[in-house]
This record gives sequence, C-alpha cells and structure tokens, in this order.
Amino acid sequence: MLQEIPTSLYFMLSAALFTIGAIGVITRRNAIIVFMCIELMLNGANLAFIAAGSMLGSIDGMVFVFFIMTVAAAEAAIGLAIFVLIFRQKGTINVDEINLLKG
Amino acid sequence: MADYIWLVPAFPAAGFLVNAFFGRKMSKAAFSWVACLALFGSFVVSAAVFIDFLGLPANMRLFEMNAFDWIVSGEFAASVGFRIDALSIVMCLVVSGVGFLIHVYSAGYMHDDEGFARYFTYLNLFVFMMLTLVTANNILLMFVGWEGVGLCSYLLIGFWYKRDSASNAGKKAFIVNRIGDFGFLLGIFLLVTSLGGQGVWTLNFGELQKNAHLLTGATAGLITLFFFIGATGKSAQLPLYVWLPDAMEGPTPVSSLIHAATMVTAGVYMIARLNFFFLMAPTTMFIVALVGLLTALFAATIGCAQYDIKRVLAYSTVSQLGYMFVGVGVGAFSAGIFHLMTHAFFKGLLFLGAGSVMHAMSGELDMRKMGGLRKKIPITFWTFLIACIAISGIFPLSGFFSKDEILGKAFESQGALFWIIGAVTAGLTAFYMFRLLFRTFFGECRAPEDVKHHIHESPKVMTIPLVILAVLSVVGGWVGIPKILGGENRFEQWMEPVFGHPKEAAAPAINFVTKAYAAGTGGAEAQGGSMEGTLMIGAIIVALVGIFIAYYLYIKRTELPELFVKRFPRLFRTVNNKYYVDELYYAVFVRGLFGLGRFLKRVVDEIIIDGIVNGIAYVLKGLGSLIRLVQAGYVQGYAFGMIAGAIAVLGYLIIKVIL
Amino acid sequence: MDVGAIDVAFRWVVFSLSGLVAIVASLMMVTRRNPIHSALWLIVAFFSLAVIYLTLHAQFIAIAQVMVYAGAIMMLIIFVIMLIQLEIESTRKGRITGGKVIGAFITVILFLEIGAALFSFPGGASKASGEVATQMGSVASVGIALYGKYLFPFEIASILLLVGLVGAVVLAKRRQE
Repeated sequence: MLQEIPTSLYFMLSAALFTIGAIGVITRRNAIIVFMCIELMLNGANLAFIAAGSMLGSIDGMVFVFFIMTVAAAEAAIGLAIFVLIFRQKGTINVDEINLLKG
Repeated sequence: MADYIWLVPAFPAAGFLVNAFFGRKMSKAAFSWVACLALFGSFVVSAAVFIDFLGLPANMRLFEMNAFDWIVSGEFAASVGFRIDALSIVMCLVVSGVGFLIHVYSAGYMHDDEGFARYFTYLNLFVFMMLTLVTANNILLMFVGWEGVGLCSYLLIGFWYKRDSASNAGKKAFIVNRIGDFGFLLGIFLLVTSLGGQGVWTLNFGELQKNAHLLTGATAGLITLFFFIGATGKSAQLPLYVWLPDAMEGPTPVSSLIHAATMVTAGVYMIARLNFFFLMAPTTMFIVALVGLLTALFAATIGCAQYDIKRVLAYSTVSQLGYMFVGVGVGAFSAGIFHLMTHAFFKGLLFLGAGSVMHAMSGELDMRKMGGLRKKIPITFWTFLIACIAISGIFPLSGFFSKDEILGKAFESQGALFWIIGAVTAGLTAFYMFRLLFRTFFGECRAPEDVKHHIHESPKVMTIPLVILAVLSVVGGWVGIPKILGGENRFEQWMEPVFGHPKEAAAPAINFVTKAYAAGTGGAEAQGGSMEGTLMIGAIIVALVGIFIAYYLYIKRTELPELFVKRFPRLFRTVNNKYYVDELYYAVFVRGLFGLGRFLKRVVDEIIIDGIVNGIAYVLKGLGSLIRLVQAGYVQGYAFGMIAGAIAVLGYLIIKVIL
Repeated sequence: MDVGAIDVAFRWVVFSLSGLVAIVASLMMVTRRNPIHSALWLIVAFFSLAVIYLTLHAQFIAIAQVMVYAGAIMMLIIFVIMLIQLEIESTRKGRITGGKVIGAFITVILFLEIGAALFSFPGGASKASGEVATQMGSVASVGIALYGKYLFPFEIASILLLVGLVGAVVLAKRRQE
C-alpha cells in the first residue's frame, strides 16, 4: 500500500529549488537573470510554507504565501524599474560592472 | 597672653600683603615703616609671651593652640596650630628681634635700590614663613614653613635678577635645598606609615613625643637619617652646602638675616624639636655630629683662602652651623640652640658690618682692595671687632660660652678626638676672621682714588642696629654661664622642659672614641669639673694662637702670605677654588642629568613612545584597509556573504542538535 | 482497487512528474545564456510549481501563482529584457570566475544541510493530512482568513503595492529637463 506523500519530500524539493536559485544568484552576470533566480528562491520558500501549512493543518501557510507573492510583485516592479534606469545610466546590466558603492 | 601668639606670624604676613598689594602706591618711607613695624609687633608679642612664661613654673611653659583643621583624611589629621614652649619662644625672639634690626638696617642699605618695594615684601614673607616654621605644632606645618623659607631664599638671592650670576645662584640654592627636602619628605612618609602601622596617625609634636617609643630603633634611625638629610640641605652641611657661598649674590642684609641668623638654622631647630626621635637613634646622632664636625673643619679651611669678604663670612657660617650640629649630635641640644642664638647675634652683625663696609667702599667686595678703614668708618670697625672677638670664642663674649659648651659636651660624649678637631677649627675660625679684620680695616688703604674719596660712615639707620647687635654679642652669652664659672647656666635650665635633664640627654650617644681613650688612660671622664676648666682654657689658648698668627701674617710681616702662596701654588689654588667641589658636582650630576635627559628624549620619547603611538595608528590604519576590502561594491559578493552566513548558522544548529 | 489507493497513487505520479519538471526547468533557467530562454524556462517552473500546490490542496494559491507569478511578473521581466535587448547578446563567453565556482560549491552545502536538518529531527516530516485539507485550501477559507484574522497585514500589503506602483512610475519617468 502506498503511503501518503511524506511532507519531507516537499521540503526537499523546496530546498533544491532554493539552492538552485542561490547558485544562480551567485554565478550569473546578467542582473535580470539574477533577479529571476531570486524569484525562484522565493518560490522555493513558498513551497515550503504550503507544505508546512498542509502538514500542520493550518491556513496560515497559505496566507503567508499570499503575502509573499504580494511583496514579490511589488519588488519586481520597483526592481525592474531600477534596472531600466541603471541601463540608461551605465549602458550595461552586468553586475560585475555596477560597483559604485565600492568601499 | 599666649593666646595672642598667632599675632607673631600674623604681623609679618600682614606686612607682606600690604606691601604686595599696595606697594606701588606707597612711598619708600611708608614701605619700610610698614615692614619694620610688622616685625616690631612680632617681637613685642614674643617678648610679652616670654615674660609671661617667666612667671610660670617650668613644667607649665607650654601652650598649644589649633587654629583650624587643615587635612583630615581617614584617621590622619593635621591642623594649622601653634606650639609655644621654651624652645620656640626663644626662636621667636631671635627671629623677630634680629629680623627687626635687619629690617631697620635694610631701610638704609637698600635706599637707592629700585626694587625697594619688592625687597621688603619678600623680606616680610620670609619672616612670616620662618615664624610659621618655629611656631608650628606639627611636622607638616613646619614643612610648609621650611619650604616657604626656601622659596623666599630663592627670591631674595636672585633679587637682582637681571644679573645672571644672581639668578643662577638663586636657582642653585633652591635646587640643592630641594634635594634635602626630598630626604625630609621621605622621613615624614616613613614616620607616618611606621606610626600608622601601630594605629597612631599624627604628626603633632606633642603626640609624637608621647608615641615615639612605638618605633623600633632601626625605623627611628632611618627616619632621623632622612630628616638629617633635609637638614643638610637647608643648613648647608656636607655635601649640600654648595649653595650658601653662591647665595652671597643677594643683598647683604639678606645674607645676614637668612643665611646667618635664621633660615640656615632651621635644620638645627628641627633636630632640636625632634630630639625625642634622635635620642632613639644613636647611630644617626653620631653621623650628625661627625658631619657637623667635618663640615666645620672643611669650611674653615676654605674660608682661610677667600678674598671676597662675604664669601669668607659664608664659609664661616657653614662652619659655625657645623658646630651647632655637633652640639645636637652629641645630645647637647640646648648647647646647640645656645650657639644658634649667639651666632645669630655675631654673624648677623658681621654681615651687616660687611654691608656697611661695602656701602662705604661703593660696592667693593675684595679685601685686597681694602685696608685702613679703621679710622674712616669707626663705628663699623668697632662693632666688627667685637663680633670677631665673639666668634673666636674669647671670654667673656657670647661666642665663648656657647662654643665652649658644645666642645665640652662633645668631649664628654665622643672623647678627645672630637674636641681636638673642634678646637683646631676654632683656631682656624679665629685666624680667618682676624685675617679679614686686619686686611679690611688695618694697614694702608689699597683702594683706587675715586673710591677712597667716597668712604664715609653709614647713616644712623644702619649703624644703630650694628651697635645693638654688638651689645648682644657681648652680653648674649651671659645667660649660659656654666656652673664651673659660677653661673647657673640659665639657658640650659630654661630648655629643660623640652630637652630633658642634660645629663640624661648626653648618655645614649655612641662613645666610640671615649671608650678607646678611656681604655688607654683609665677614666678621664671621672675628672668632671676640672676637665671642663682645662678644656675651656685650652680653647681660649687655641683661639689666641689663631689671632696671633693672623696678626703676624697680616700686620707684622705682610709679605709672608704672598710668599706662602708662591711656595704652594697648587695647594692654595685648590683651597681657593673650594676644593673644586662645585666643579665635581657639575661634572657628575649636572652633566649626568643632561646626558640622561638627552638619552630619554632620543630613545624613550622619540623611539618608544612616539613609536607606540604612531605604531598604534599605523596598525589601525592597516586593519582598516584590510576590512575595507570586504565592501567591494559587488552585490553578488554580498549575496554570497549572506548565504555563507546562513550556512554557518544552520550548520551550527545542526551540529548542536545532532551531536 | 479502492478509490483511496488510486487517489494516492495518482498524486504520487503527478507530484513526481511535476517535481522533476520543476527541477529540470530551474536548472535550465540558471544555465541558459539567452535571458529570454531563461525567462521561458522560469515560466515552466512556475507552472509545475502550481501543479504541486494543487497536490497539496492549495487551490487558491495555485491559481494565484499562475496569475501573479507566471502572468504578471514574468511578463514584466520579459518586457524589460526586450527593452534592454541591445547589450545582451554581447555577453562574453562563459567567463565565470573562479570565485563564483567556489561560491557555487559552497552553496550546495546549504542543500545538504537542509537535508540533514529535515531527516535528523525526531518525528521527521509527517504525512500530509487527508480530506480536511481539501476544504482547507479553498478560496472561501483563504478569504475568511485574510479578511478575518489577517485583515491588518492585508491592508498593509495593499499599501505596499501602492507604494510599489508609485515608486515604479516615479523611477521610470524621464526627467523633465
């Protein structure tokens, strides 16, 4: 008899997505792709929340995810606006070259 | 009457303040009146208290009064207060009396000086400090007076500050004094802590006397040794006497007051005041007596080869101070103080006389350029002569009684060797004093013409103090006529409440020489009275011999001294140059300190301290530039940092849970 | 064969497939050179995640995921990519510096740690619950929670969106010279 899908699998999946996103953040040169990897990390976290909410039988998990999505949307809007501005200023989106805040 | 004792130091203090603040607005006459009246007031009050004391029985002659609490720290307390007993009232009389006469003299002597106002201000300040010293009821207040007179000495020696030699002499005096004061301070510290260890926290003389037995012999010895070092500085004994001859750069009345009659005697007073400690330390007392004796001899020899009349008197002062220390060193405290008193009379007179001579000779100091002044300035001459006879110790003038008593007690205590050296020194004293007298007042006048014309007797305001002091030099010793000559030695009796019965006082001193002598001849001490008489006559003979030699060399065959100088040029030069002690001190101490200073500057200050400070700055700068690298402005780096941090924290938690 | 068993088996199959797709898609996204390709792969990943949410009975969230993420956000991203089209093709060939490689390796440790954490806890992760869950994830219950217990954060979130809106407009406006 098959058991129910153990929640730990969902968590593992979430961890995998998160880690892949993290590797992408560190590795890629293009700022927009870095941004997309960040979104992937957020989604990994979302999955973890939903899984945990389901495991605990609580609606809080989904509510949390709802708010995370809200924030992600706002963040996307502003972040991309900034990218556009930076592109206008510097002509490039390469993160290696955007280092004016160097100490 | 003793309640008013606070007026004694208060008068000169008031005089000082008035002169200091209103000096510029007052005329010269008003100045000197203020200063002299202040001193006169002090003297009158002291005399009144003295007369009062005469009426009281001997054991009631003690008055102590606390003006206010000065330091209160835990269990230790020191107050500003007065202690008047037989000793301090004598000192008050001497200081205020002789001081008054010198103030009057100064009004005439310093009349043409532009620093007239400053002079009297300092002089009053000095007397105030000295009176504080002698009337203090605890060591700390006495030390305040001690330092104060040192300060005034500096101010007055360097009075003509525009002269390099004068300001250097002032600095030298102060610095050498300071060295002695350091010893004094160490003594105070050791005393406070030793007694404090036993629970007694005080520096009051009365309390110290009561609790002196709590100290061990060794501690008392160390404490008194330190105090004696302070005394060597202030009272110009070996090896800290070097400032006194240089102090002659100051005005002559200053030399008379400070460096003859009062300040330099502070060391002797201090030892007399703390006699109960010194009696517990026979080793120190022996050292005191020995140093005093050697100083007396040493200074006397130098005095024989000096040409400057004030220098001769300065070395004479050092020598006579040596006698006083011999006196207190052998336990004859009252004899020491007695000599202090008579010395104040005749030495004060000698200096004032020298000032009078200088006044007549338009400032000349070299005795080779003087001569034949006998007829021209008679009052000065006669008073000077009386002082010379007194200092030589000729009966029946005051010097005889005091010096003789010291020598006698020294013989009793330490034996013949001390007496012999003392007597030789007395002979030398007589010799160089009469040498000075003959060279200055007898023979032909060797001065240049323009100076000769100006020779005139000093004004009355200067000569009257001379006469008064001369009278005192004659009769001053008669209060101490010893029993052997039919007197009662009233001075010694008067001092009994302070010093104890004289026979007891002399006993604990170490009798090194006496034992040897006694072993050899089998008990010379037993001879008592007749011994004393023999000694007396012996001393007079030695003095007369000295005078005769001086007479022979300087009146009869005046070519002899120069022959002597030619025969022994190096010996003469050495003595004339004070045995090159000053040069020795300079080479060893001054150059050494300069070298040390240079070394410290180069190595410690520049290399070590600057190195450390700059080094710290350097290190921090380096650290800063290292840490700066973290902020590369590189966003992915920051992101990685965050991830690494998360890994670390998570790893830690996992390890904590699993393991 | 009872319905329950088929249900469970079905869910297993769906979960496995969409999980696999999600991981493959995200891997592809991270490694593509062309940003448009990356964006498209990300959309695939989002869809597969929505399916996974459905297996967890989170219907509302699944739809919201598709609408918000795969719809709005990704569209925005693709717009911007196209706007900044010019420089993209001249990205240099795979110049990934050594530092980045090390960073990547270290990040894998993160994954291992999470795994260790999951399996070391006593009681581990239990199974997802059954029938109750279905009702739980419906729009109605999420709505009740949002407008009930979480009303205040909800209002704040709306203000946040307003701020985002205004900010984006202000930022992207060309400066009036």
